[in-house]
Amino acid sequence: MTLYFTRDHEWISVEGDRATVGITDYAQAQLGDIVFVEVPPAGATLDKGKEAAVVESVKAASDVYAPVSGEVIEGNGALESDPALVNTSPEEEGWFFRLALADPSELDGLMDADAYKAFVATL
Amino acid sequence: MSDHDHQPDGREAGGDEPDDAPVPLPLDGWHRAHGARMVPFAGHAMPLQYEGIIAEHLWTRESAGLFDVSHMGQLLLSGEGVAEALEALLPGDMAGLGEGRMRYSLLLAEDGGILDDLMVTRRGNGFHVVVNGATKYDDIAHLHEHLPEGVMLNHMDEQALIAVQGPKAVNALARLAPGVEGLSFMTAGAFRIDGVDIWVSRSGYTGEDGFESALPAAAATRIASLLAGQPEVKPAGLGARDSLRLEAGLPLYGHDLDPETTPLMAGLGFAIPKRRREQGGFPGHARLMLEREDGPAVRRVGVGVDGRQPVREGAVILDVEGAEVGRITSGGFSPTLQRPIAMGYVAAPLAAAGTPLTLGQRGKLFTGAVEPLPFVPHHYVRKGA
Repeated sequence: MTLYFTRDHEWISVEGDRATVGITDYAQAQLGDIVFVEVPPAGATLDKGKEAAVVESVKAASDVYAPVSGEVIEGNGALESDPALVNTSPEEEGWFFRLALADPSELDGLMDADAYKAFVATL
Repeated sequence: MSDHDHQPDGREAGGDEPDDAPVPLPLDGWHRAHGARMVPFAGHAMPLQYEGIIAEHLWTRESAGLFDVSHMGQLLLSGEGVAEALEALLPGDMAGLGEGRMRYSLLLAEDGGILDDLMVTRRGNGFHVVVNGATKYDDIAHLHEHLPEGVMLNHMDEQALIAVQGPKAVNALARLAPGVEGLSFMTAGAFRIDGVDIWVSRSGYTGEDGFESALPAAAATRIASLLAGQPEVKPAGLGARDSLRLEAGLPLYGHDLDPETTPLMAGLGFAIPKRRREQGGFPGHARLMLEREDGPAVRRVGVGVDGRQPVREGAVILDVEGAEVGRITSGGFSPTLQRPIAMGYVAAPLAAAGTPLTLGQRGKLFTGAVEPLPFVPHHYVRKGA
């Protein structure tokens, strides 16, 4: 399992050609109390850089863009009834969706945990 | 990720200051020391939240929140004929306002549009007026232009304003300023905390019982620490202030009220007493009388939204045929009710409670219905109660 991070504060956990995507702890802290999450349904095709999910905090709505392309295997249904999971467990129980990677080379150039940590430190 | 909207409160930021650099308020350092996330607001840096908006919101509803509202403009108007001069600009009963009595009023344009909403309190020979932060410089210019010679306007920008709101606010404040418990809703008086003269009113912007204290900026940090040191009180930011006032059905200037809206459109006819209505002599009186006769074309309503996703300012309101019949002016997720709520203006025939509405936001449709305001009942401590 390899963990990648984007400058848009998403994490991607990759195992073979399968990836799980969520938002980082930094992102959830910036958003504040999350009250609504809309994740893509199984079977949806996501294109890298296009809207994939919506996350709303008390104060604002934000889009989550697909960090990589692929077909959605599963959206995290638990977020519908308990969106605050993204606050309490952003990088585990608060995952957004799993997908089958269309092009694993899209992962090239993404940050690892140390590079992301260094990136966040500059913000 | 990318934000669709600015922070709901951040939208008031800027524009009204001659300089874009935020002007620090007296409690700036105090907020930062208490872990606040600061945001630009009305030309100042203000605390958006400390531990979190929902926690601060719920704590205010069950105990007491401390809100720094020092960005608001505090004006003292005095001089010969000050009551009559104010009545020429506002539709309230200034002449009949007794010492320490507070009224909600509106600064009106000639066409009856709302330039600002404000609180006026009779204080000795003058009036203590609290106006919105984002509009304070425009208000001062408007007053300077229209007040007659002999009426003095003192912008008390050396004063802080601290609100303590919630059912236990009275316990906390009365421990420090004995006697405040004797005030009833919308009355005010002079008190002392730790040797500092403060002007306290029993009023606020959350729908809860509570107090607002005007005090010298130099003492603000010390008094804020004394207040926040009471076991009932925790600091709360602008985020909670916005969600609390939305639940309470209270309009926010620049969002739910603006120069295009009139008092009757906004459901604020209570701010115009009978004598003023009958005698006139304030801007927009003719329009008011027409709207009383025919009813305003649009009305401010509460909107309950189905599902869990908030519908926010700017969303369109559609009738069953899909025609645009209004706009959402404030919206969010209610921490108390655990569902999305909103406020907006709809064509008057659709303003009755229970009227089904469709809402459109970012290409997505939502269903909802007109809901009576407030969403969460007020808990004011009225005289004789």
